[in-house]
Amino acid sequence: MDWVAVGLTLKLAALTTLVLAVIGLPLAYWLATTRRVWRPVVDAAVAIPLLLPPTVLGFYFLISTGPNTPIGRLYERVFSGTLPFSFSGVLLASVLYNLPFAVRPFASGFAAVDRRLVEAARCLGASGARTFVSVVLPLSWPSVLAGLVLAFAHTVGEFGVVLMVGGNIPGLTRTIALAIYDDVQAFDYQAANEASALLLIFAVSVLVVTYGLQRRTLPL
Amino acid sequence: MTLLDVDIEFRYPHAADSADGEHHGVTCRWQDPIAEPLVTVFLGASGSGKTTILRCLAGLERPQRGHVRFGDTVWFDAARGIHLAPDRRHVGVLLQDYALFPHLTVERNVAFGARHLGREAAARRAAELLDTFRLRGLERRLPRQLSGGQQQRVALARAVFRRPRLLLLDEPLSALDRPTGDEMREELRAVIHALAIPAYIVSHDRVDALTLADRTVLVDRGRIVQSGSTQEVFDRPATAEAARLVGVDTILLGRIAAVEDGLARIVVAGQEIRAQAPADAGHEAALCIRAEDVALARHDVADSSVMNRWRAVVRTEAIEGPFVRVGLDCGFRLAALVTRDGWRRLALRPGDEAWAVVKAASIRALPRNEIRLT
Repeated sequence: MDWVAVGLTLKLAALTTLVLAVIGLPLAYWLATTRRVWRPVVDAAVAIPLLLPPTVLGFYFLISTGPNTPIGRLYERVFSGTLPFSFSGVLLASVLYNLPFAVRPFASGFAAVDRRLVEAARCLGASGARTFVSVVLPLSWPSVLAGLVLAFAHTVGEFGVVLMVGGNIPGLTRTIALAIYDDVQAFDYQAANEASALLLIFAVSVLVVTYGLQRRTLPL
Repeated sequence: MTLLDVDIEFRYPHAADSADGEHHGVTCRWQDPIAEPLVTVFLGASGSGKTTILRCLAGLERPQRGHVRFGDTVWFDAARGIHLAPDRRHVGVLLQDYALFPHLTVERNVAFGARHLGREAAARRAAELLDTFRLRGLERRLPRQLSGGQQQRVALARAVFRRPRLLLLDEPLSALDRPTGDEMREELRAVIHALAIPAYIVSHDRVDALTLADRTVLVDRGRIVQSGSTQEVFDRPATAEAARLVGVDTILLGRIAAVEDGLARIVVAGQEIRAQAPADAGHEAALCIRAEDVALARHDVADSSVMNRWRAVVRTEAIEGPFVRVGLDCGFRLAALVTRDGWRRLALRPGDEAWAVVKAASIRALPRNEIRLT
């Protein structure tokens, strides 16, 4: 078993999930509550990775963050590094690619919270942020947890984006999914089998937990 | 010095949101002095826009035009782009169906607005309100474990926790069954007077206005059709819509045949009706007759002072509390509200003939040209 790849994969998945919690929760709340006319456009933009092959996203990510692009130059000036073929690049691409897996469960959970409860909280003097923390989140946590679990699990199993953006560098961007591919290429079926079984068990457990959460109503 | 200065125009974001499909928004303006009246009831049918007016005051809706000022504070001013969020208006709001937080206990629902207080002061205030609203012993319950009346008390206690300067109550009693509603109406009146916070109550039930309101505001199709002391509004509805809202049971249309000594003679379906003349002979008039003003007799009572005596056939009878509502056919349909005892003594059944008796002074005659009938 390639434990370096396992560790790297878990690190990538955990950080991706963390970033998605930070940017995904406000974004999802906005999507669930806004009445603005361009909400469907943002909705669609978030959902794009669901339909796009990972290689396409990876390709556009590479050509728009290269060292000679405005984004690449800005990133180099601020962090003195490059995005393609680095862990940060893989992390950023992974966040973009997993956006719908987190944001869509979040948003559907928020949308299911009775709007009158939010209005009541505001009328009782609570700010928008406090209303979110003390009313919306406690009433939608199964959906939020489902979104985080899905994003984490999906990152663990990611292949195309990591390969395109990260370039399969051992210890830096080679995740467990890439390691399996390398093992098969090298006819090391024993190693591929062990890693694959690990991922399979992981995926099944995650799905069981997720579906369990979705069926579960609030403990009230 | 005014307490509240309102002049707003609100259009529904989608025309289909208006329940009756006939109006597309709310337009209203009024000013209230600082002290009186204490309780105002906005009375209107569902979809009339009365809840929208309340939501504009609470800051939950933003009107397209106009302003709302509360004392020295500008809550809303379209021209200056000011729209104070609900949490900065410091009003106590009771939303329809109460909107209690299902995941919080009674105690934490009541103390939800406690952010400005220290922990100890908040606990003291909560304890005080739990006593006032008879919620002792229910502190640890969740809202779904409460009866309708208890839920209403929690919602009220929660709304007044921060000692708001104004109360806005949206249908505070409509979610309750009849006996509970009557009981809570009594309590609500006592609580509002004890707290002495000006209250605006939205209701579709004229009983709420009759029992709670110092002032009644009638709302119809997004507009205020009449505003005044409750006595005045119920006794003298200004238009046919107003008459309908305050529960005048019979509205008749006819042409004034003659006017003698200020008394008009109007013929409707062959029956002669006498009432104070709203206009000269030849004009159309609308006649409003309340069921409680119609008396019944088995025989003609010619030797009385009553001007209006109509031969009628009893069509329907329905018990309403201590009264019986009787549907009559006098050539036009007429409703009478008589005591159960009186009804028993008359021993009338549907199909029987009777005499309906109404004093001319009890009939409110409105000139037809100033009203719209729908």
